[in-house]
Amino acid sequence: MKNIRLVKDNVFGKIFFTLTILSISTVVFLGIGLYYKSIPLLNNSSLWNLLSSSEWKPFKEAFGFYPFIMGTLWVTAISIVIALPLSLFTAIYLSEYASIRIRKTVLPLIELLSGIPPVLFGVWGVLVIIPIIQDHLAPHFVEFTTGYSVLAGGIVLAIMIFPLIISILIEVFDNVPQELRDASLSVGATKWQTVKKVLLRKSVDGIVAATVLAISRAFGETIAVLMVCGNLAQVPNSIFDSGYPLPALIANNYGEMMSIPMYDSALMFAALLLFVIIFLFNAIARLILFRIEKSNN
Amino acid sequence: MILQPHISIQNLNVHIGDNHILKNINLDFPDKKVTTLIGPSGCGKTTLLKTMNRLLDHQTDVRVEGKVLVDGENIYDPKVEVTHIRKKMGLLSQRPFPLPMNIYDNVAYGHRIHGKHKKNELDAIVEKYLRGVNLWDEVKDRLKSPATRLSIGQQQRLCLARGLAIEPEIILGDEPTSALDPISTQAIEELFMQLKDKYTIVLVTHILRQARRVSDYIGFVYMGEIIEFGPTEEILLNPKEKLTKEYVKGFLS
Repeated sequence: MKNIRLVKDNVFGKIFFTLTILSISTVVFLGIGLYYKSIPLLNNSSLWNLLSSSEWKPFKEAFGFYPFIMGTLWVTAISIVIALPLSLFTAIYLSEYASIRIRKTVLPLIELLSGIPPVLFGVWGVLVIIPIIQDHLAPHFVEFTTGYSVLAGGIVLAIMIFPLIISILIEVFDNVPQELRDASLSVGATKWQTVKKVLLRKSVDGIVAATVLAISRAFGETIAVLMVCGNLAQVPNSIFDSGYPLPALIANNYGEMMSIPMYDSALMFAALLLFVIIFLFNAIARLILFRIEKSNN
Repeated sequence: MILQPHISIQNLNVHIGDNHILKNINLDFPDKKVTTLIGPSGCGKTTLLKTMNRLLDHQTDVRVEGKVLVDGENIYDPKVEVTHIRKKMGLLSQRPFPLPMNIYDNVAYGHRIHGKHKKNELDAIVEKYLRGVNLWDEVKDRLKSPATRLSIGQQQRLCLARGLAIEPEIILGDEPTSALDPISTQAIEELFMQLKDKYTIVLVTHILRQARRVSDYIGFVYMGEIIEFGPTEEILLNPKEKLTKEYVKGFLS
């Protein structure tokens, strides 16, 4: 009887191992698959040319990804610039100033926000953000805009990523021992002084990690951005210009126009680009979090 | 019996949530003496210590009733500015918690917080208080290195220096040697002996031998109440209350 127990243990261990390998290998296969599909395009023109050219004329087999890369960067940068201060101050308030009752009411609401389907944010962007930009904000700065712009994309994205940043930041702040705050307070520091000089200093790595994770989330967000950015294959020159982020490019065109040679491969290359960027950012975030854990021990 | 109380606690009751943590505490801490609070774990002695510099304020769901008078001023009076109260007291916690900055900045922290920035003044203060805790010779060549690189014993002395640098009148210690090795413990205890000429010291400890070594007065806390208070010798050798007698003999802990 004893042996069967041990055999079972062994078998289940191996099954779990196999399942784990399977789920990890999905990522690897995804990467390999995207690369494989991009080969025709890469054979056709150089990598540098693909990344730096602004010419996007699929019928002429001209695939320059520069406008899409820039579109992605603009939208992401705008969203971070808006979301980071907002989340930082909210997280500081909730973890240091708010009463337990406020915290218990607000936190679930913020988490609810991250559970709302992205398409709703897109609709909201079209109905609310775009008219505001078009009628009230942009006229102060530029002559004409439709409102469909990288700014609209950035705002919508900011609202989508800020629950993520807040919940990570609150976790980071909760990890700072209360005694450390007490040490600062006990020499007569105010709460704000303690936040500035002790809490934030102790949390720098965590704040960076939260930001990097938020960036990689923003890079990949598709549907909401697709609805508000205008989707013109141009390099944006101001926040009121339209842009065309990579995920929107893929979502808008995949499955259509497959008769055009190379188009399929070009979209796969766009996906590969996105994949590599997100992979890199996640790796950086892990590295930073790993460093925090090490320094805490 | 007690000449001049520096801290006077009157009818203090503390509730945390539904728990009645401190029950009707009346206690005078004598000026420029070492008073230790002894008692089993969870009896409320740390809470009692934290009510004295209002660090309890930052815990959730705390209710404090009664008065804590420091120099005759009720620190729970709503008109009192809490940072002003805390400045009068240096705090040493169970484990050392150096601030996330270098050694120099740790000691200068209190003064910078209160708006003193002149370099030569700060230099003098840092040296004075690092000498005061016998740490200067060990760290004078690496004042700019992170405080966390020091040994635990050195960190605790640094934290004491940080507390003393703001020129408090009172030192509160919450089992300040519980994380330290015997040699570092001895160093801290000797410091307390030197410091009691100038400061009123209140220590929480669960080590009876430590209470005997350093304190002039002992308060015995049990289940949130002050059972007995008196001079060290009297409490340890000739306690009046049955509970104190049992604790001192080691039955209750």
